[in-house]
Amino acid sequence: MDLFYGYFLYAISLVTIGGIYAILTLGLNIQWGFAGLFNAGIAGFFAIGAYSAAILTTMPTDRHLGGYEMPYIVAALVAMVASGLIAWVIGKICLRLRSDYLAIATIGIAEIIRLVFKNEVWATNGHRGISEVPKPFEGLPQPWNDLAFLAIVGLIVLAVYLLSERAHKSPWGRVMTAIRENEPASHAAGKNIETFRMQGFVIGSMIMALAGAMMSHYLKFINPAVSEPIASTFLVWVMLIVGGSGNNKGAIIGAFLMWFIWSGTELVLSTIVQNIPPDLLSYLPADLSVRLAYVRIFMIGLLLQIFLQKYPSGIFPEKRPIAR
Amino acid sequence: MLTVEDLTMQFGGVKAVNKCSFTINEGTITGLIGPNGAGKTTTFNLIAGALKPTSGKIYFQGQDITGKATHQLFHQGLVRTFQIPHEFARMTVLENLMVVPPNQPGEAIWNNWLMPKKVFDREEEVKARAEDTLDFLQITHLRDEYAGNLSGGQKKLLELGRTMMTDAKLVLLDEPGAGVNPTLILKIRDMIARLRDERGYTFCLIEHDMDMISSLCDPVIVLAEGTVLMEGDIHDIRQNKAVIDAYLGGGAA
Repeated sequence: MDLFYGYFLYAISLVTIGGIYAILTLGLNIQWGFAGLFNAGIAGFFAIGAYSAAILTTMPTDRHLGGYEMPYIVAALVAMVASGLIAWVIGKICLRLRSDYLAIATIGIAEIIRLVFKNEVWATNGHRGISEVPKPFEGLPQPWNDLAFLAIVGLIVLAVYLLSERAHKSPWGRVMTAIRENEPASHAAGKNIETFRMQGFVIGSMIMALAGAMMSHYLKFINPAVSEPIASTFLVWVMLIVGGSGNNKGAIIGAFLMWFIWSGTELVLSTIVQNIPPDLLSYLPADLSVRLAYVRIFMIGLLLQIFLQKYPSGIFPEKRPIAR
Repeated sequence: MLTVEDLTMQFGGVKAVNKCSFTINEGTITGLIGPNGAGKTTTFNLIAGALKPTSGKIYFQGQDITGKATHQLFHQGLVRTFQIPHEFARMTVLENLMVVPPNQPGEAIWNNWLMPKKVFDREEEVKARAEDTLDFLQITHLRDEYAGNLSGGQKKLLELGRTMMTDAKLVLLDEPGAGVNPTLILKIRDMIARLRDERGYTFCLIEHDMDMISSLCDPVIVLAEGTVLMEGDIHDIRQNKAVIDAYLGGGAA
């Protein structure tokens, strides 16, 4: 019974973090899927959201900036606004660049953000991170606290999905798609390309920050590792590409699917290693369990290859709405 | 309606357009011809705001528009098409047209929630206009097709169609007949004439098809080496020795 309960709790955490990734992927879908903006610095905006929420909601402490004890909603809104403002500044400088240069610029900016969080110890407690971040419903007994948090994440995913879907079908979304498809023709059709791109970039970055805030409340702890590009940028890109960029449903499905695989492989591989007979283990490399982490990354890359070959536009390809 | 004064555009050491001056009068279909590299498309790009000139002035309806951005000129009624069709490939043909008209409040994202009724009403108007345009172009059967799947000729029609989705005053057509079969060229020619007569558009078009030029354009401006070689009636131009040498070749006279 205890084993099943353990798996049940694991399943809840799997779906909760999958949901947070779904929010991130929906944000990237607005930037890349709608507007064609190659943001390779997702981790930076995710970290801005995570740190803002953590600093604004924690109790007073002398280890880092904080003690504001703001309500969750206010902190999340501030996190989004902060991320939006930073995206706006970056956009002012970088959005005129060609898409491949925007990718390089955003990688650099995400690294800058990561290093700031790592080195500004007075504000962020450096690599030791911010702990005791409050979590909604943490007073409830297990598993109700986790289920209640999952419900919040689910509601946010639903809300972001519905708003994003409406935006995609609206005349705004149509202009965004047109700019992505053909810039000179959109310009010739009287559209101010810089303004629209900026809107897509800022809105996407705000959604990414919301995901970051949720992550920091969920884990109750945040350190500069949240802005490591592998888990916070690369994985999100794989999620969107596998799910189908330009399609909100695809973004959500891709996020859950890839997260289940990413997290599931860890469980499966470590279970296998633990059950290898000792006499067989002596023939295998001693640091096998350490190396398994790289096997996962390899497997994600392989899976991406398979999906790109079989579903070049993702599991749910983009569908422009056909007017009645 | 449009006056170009001493327009010059220099790319590195090359003067693509060199002290070029001409006028396009309201209600005309002005032809712009000349050999490859004469600066025709560059002139279009300068007028339409895709490039900023090295020197010189452009006046549209008495207003100095030199260096204004393409999207600003669109709202003043100056619209262009492209030599190589610039369709929105992964959007339907209907959407390719519906994206063009101005004054859609729904293009500001928040208005889709703040004033859905106004957005919807404008959307209905825009759709009706797009359907009329498809009807005019005789491609109603392609309404829900992705524009990327169209043939070269159909893309040219769509290119023309986008200029019909706004209340244009001056339309710059860059080789509307390039790569189009002879019967479709005749259709496009008639459409251009109809748009001038029925909607009062003024046209300026670049074209190499001399039949289209001679049956449609008056006056005709000949560009060579970035400047105006001659301007006038097509019959005079066909007789002109300099034009024959630079562009038409001996056989055309």
